[in-house]
Amino acid sequence: MHELDSTLTSLRKRIILTSSIAGEGHIPTSFSILEILYSYYLSQKQAYGLLVQSPNHFILSKGHAAIGLYAVLEYFDLIPSEWLEGFCKFDSPLGGHPDMKKVPFVEASTGSLGHGLPIGVGVSLGKKIQGKSGMTYVLVGDGELNEGSNWESLMVASHHKLSNLTVIVDWNGSTERALSLGNLNDKFKGFDLSVHEIDGHSVFDLCNYFESPSEFHSAGPRVLLAKTTKGKGVKLMESSPNEWHHKIPSAEELDQILQEIE
Amino acid sequence: MRKTFSSLLEDLVEKDNRVITLLGDIGVFSFRNTMKGFPDRVLNIGILEQSMVGIAAGLSKQGLIPFVHTIAPFLVERAFEQLKIDFGYQRLSGNFVSVGASSDYSALGSTHHCPGDIALLLTIPGFEIFVPGTSAELALAIETSYDNESPTYFRLSEKQNSRDFSNASNAGSIVKEGSKCTVIAFGPVLDVVIEATNDLDVEILYFYKLHPLDKSLIISNCKTRKILLIEPFYSNTMSASVSNLIPEKLRIESIGYPREFIRNYGSLNEHLEFLGFTIERIRMKIEELIQS
Repeated sequence: MHELDSTLTSLRKRIILTSSIAGEGHIPTSFSILEILYSYYLSQKQAYGLLVQSPNHFILSKGHAAIGLYAVLEYFDLIPSEWLEGFCKFDSPLGGHPDMKKVPFVEASTGSLGHGLPIGVGVSLGKKIQGKSGMTYVLVGDGELNEGSNWESLMVASHHKLSNLTVIVDWNGSTERALSLGNLNDKFKGFDLSVHEIDGHSVFDLCNYFESPSEFHSAGPRVLLAKTTKGKGVKLMESSPNEWHHKIPSAEELDQILQEIE
Repeated sequence: MRKTFSSLLEDLVEKDNRVITLLGDIGVFSFRNTMKGFPDRVLNIGILEQSMVGIAAGLSKQGLIPFVHTIAPFLVERAFEQLKIDFGYQRLSGNFVSVGASSDYSALGSTHHCPGDIALLLTIPGFEIFVPGTSAELALAIETSYDNESPTYFRLSEKQNSRDFSNASNAGSIVKEGSKCTVIAFGPVLDVVIEATNDLDVEILYFYKLHPLDKSLIISNCKTRKILLIEPFYSNTMSASVSNLIPEKLRIESIGYPREFIRNYGSLNEHLEFLGFTIERIRMKIEELIQS
């Protein structure tokens, strides 16, 4: 586990330093989903070797967490390190939200919330119709679930029994400042989804989920409710996630944060 | 035109197994046979336009060719951001077929009107736009463009032109030569233009492919630099598309839908009469242009 901890620490450092240099990036939300992203790509690598051979698709619907995705793609050698050095520069392939036309393994150009899940439902439906294998994972935020398009799409997914669709909710409580979602578990069950709750920062549990599709098999679409902490690993951010949502640390704060995560 | 559309789709679904149709709970009865024969290829997806367009984007990513069909304001205005981002920005291909045009549902009120669809879609880079004036033009547009690898809009209209200009290139056509000014008709407005100008020395151009516009026809004609647009959608929607092609200063006038809500009901013909798609108004505008 020590090695894993140091990997995640180095990813957090990469995210915060890259954002600080660029003066851009949504850091706390990237920390919230870091273990989810890492576990997904790790499980694909272990199962298929080369990621291009995976029949699965992963859509980051909450596109503002792009820097988290870029750091993980870099870690698995899926994009060159130079790209991160130029994060958000004029000619960079890597912007504040991911562009599927520029970045490999980015399945949708997200940023406007509520677009990823309908697209994911279409991908799953398209695979089902054509008899193709593979799961479509769509990672949405709990704040993003305010968007009605998610619930519309879930009705379609349930009606068409898309057992090849998994919605992952980054359940970090962001939405509470606007709308309380109440019993999210029951809400999804009400849409006939098979619901599984998980510790969204446990790489062990997440990998188990991604690697054992048969264990979590369902007749229709599934949802993985990942309990997470916005700004995970940095007290400053965990204690004031709204303030830090789109904030770049000062030099002083950066020192303090780096000391803490190391 | 709706009948032509459903029978065209029936053929396409049979012939090309990439074609998949999503209905927004509209036109379901006319697709009943295809739905029975190809339950996986024609889906009544429900009344959820933004998701329907997003789902179509996912299908397109999977190599399928989606047709998305519902009433114009729900397809273009309600789901506009999905058209812009999911198809425009992501450069995915898909076909969007609307019914209702500007105010074909004349008695149903402004909720079902959409004179703004073309102006809105012109703001999305890469969209192709067809406003067919006849069923044959619709058929040709769909047959030649459904797998063009661009997002493409087909606007079905209640009204049809008596003269058909379907030709192999979807290009514009010269309806009539003339020297005093140019009238450009877009889609199903041609009959009244022809009638209004039968004794006038004016040139008439006709287009049912609105974007990209057939540049050469505009550039090699319109010599008087005096142009009257007849637009069955918001007036001046096409002004920039036309004037951008000609470097000299133009005098452009338009007869189209005013930027106002139509709060009347009645028939489509009553609407067109009320809005000024009439012989008298066209002749008056031409007169003004020639004098200017």
